[in-house]
Amino acid sequence: MPTVTFTPNLQRHVDCPPQHVEAASVRAALEQVFAGNARARGYVLDDDGALRHHMIIFVDGAPVRDRRGLGDAVRQDSSIYVMQALSGG
Amino acid sequence: MRTHILVGTRKGLFTIERRRKRWKIERADHLADAVSITLRDSAGEVTYAALDHGHFGAKLHRRVGKKGDWEEIGVPVYPAKPEGLLDEDSHGREIPWSLKKIWSLVPGHEEQEGRLWCGTLPGGLFRSDDAGSSWQLVESLWNHPDRKQWFGGGADWPGIHSILLHPTERERITLGVSCGGVWVTHDEGASWNVRAQGMRAAYMPPERAFDPLIQDPHCVVQCPAAPERLWAQHHNGIFRSDDGCESWVEIEDAQPSSFGFPVAVHPHDPDTAWFVPAVKDEHRVPVDAKVVVSRTTDGGKNFEVLRKGLPQEHAYDLVWRHALDVDSSGDLLAFGSTTGSLWVSEDGGDHWETVSEHLPPIACVRFAE
Repeated sequence: MPTVTFTPNLQRHVDCPPQHVEAASVRAALEQVFAGNARARGYVLDDDGALRHHMIIFVDGAPVRDRRGLGDAVRQDSSIYVMQALSGG
Repeated sequence: MRTHILVGTRKGLFTIERRRKRWKIERADHLADAVSITLRDSAGEVTYAALDHGHFGAKLHRRVGKKGDWEEIGVPVYPAKPEGLLDEDSHGREIPWSLKKIWSLVPGHEEQEGRLWCGTLPGGLFRSDDAGSSWQLVESLWNHPDRKQWFGGGADWPGIHSILLHPTERERITLGVSCGGVWVTHDEGASWNVRAQGMRAAYMPPERAFDPLIQDPHCVVQCPAAPERLWAQHHNGIFRSDDGCESWVEIEDAQPSSFGFPVAVHPHDPDTAWFVPAVKDEHRVPVDAKVVVSRTTDGGKNFEVLRKGLPQEHAYDLVWRHALDVDSSGDLLAFGSTTGSLWVSEDGGDHWETVSEHLPPIACVRFAE
């Protein structure tokens, strides 16, 4: 099962422990996490459901390219890291 | 010992002068304009101020003599992007081929009259041979395929903030890039290699933490007397190189914190360096709300916490990467903060004098003749 891990910096605002999910895309993986942790959604996605400007998601070490649709594929053993992009300062 | 300090702020360039053993604000230039970096040449003749006008773009101004008029001069201009070229960063964002900010400005070697090097956002290095009147992009770096791995640190686009000219090997130049690691040329810019082996990035997934291309050295300095020794204040701590950037060693357990932006190295003693620590990245305030400078005199084995003359309660000053400087004697230091405080020490940091607590947010502090 893919694992979703959140930046430690987010833990200051909302508790987001690493979580195993059943998903084939980044979007599906996040939706599973947010289904049980609704507050986390607004910290990662904007009102439009796109990845926030100064957030970044890595799948197996590579940044996702589809920041709006989050359609990047994930494998059964993928590691998904939701991080702060340093562009935010 | 230098007698002037140039202070670039969010609202102008301020010149501080030492008179009767006290440091006083002597004049304000470019009042109300943001100064991203400033420089006075080693002869004390020509002063430069890079302005960031926001809506109206980045500009560069020059003044000859201490009483002359400022003139707007050329800015680095990126070439037109070749038609059909896809130039995206690793996050999938199209990289603009357009000047966003002038972030670093250093003179060439003494015999290279009129030469300047300029580091910019979104990542271009430029060279001028006519004191800033015209600029040439260093294409070998801009066209390097690994440049696309860079990304912004503190801004939307990557930038070159540290430019270090080797004092004896005239063709060797070292760059610090946020976020793109440390880059070195041995042929005056004809070719470049990333040299950030050993740096660590906790803001990346574990499998990429030691990737040299994504490191965020906030500031890199080189000891003039021992140029194989470099220090880096990195996003994730303090790093030292003893072999001219071939490798970097993390200095752990620096007190009171290893997070910060600036670093200064003693010009004659490579084991002595100064830092301005803060609570790490998600907070960015002084530890326990006390402004301190940390100093090592043994290459990072130990750190002294210097606080005499600095505010020790409810102080929330942050010091940016260009806002700490040491002069050529190694005794005179100055630093300025985001809350507009400016401090000077004439004894290597043991004691500090407050020059002002009311300047605009300070971006850069530079000693000058």
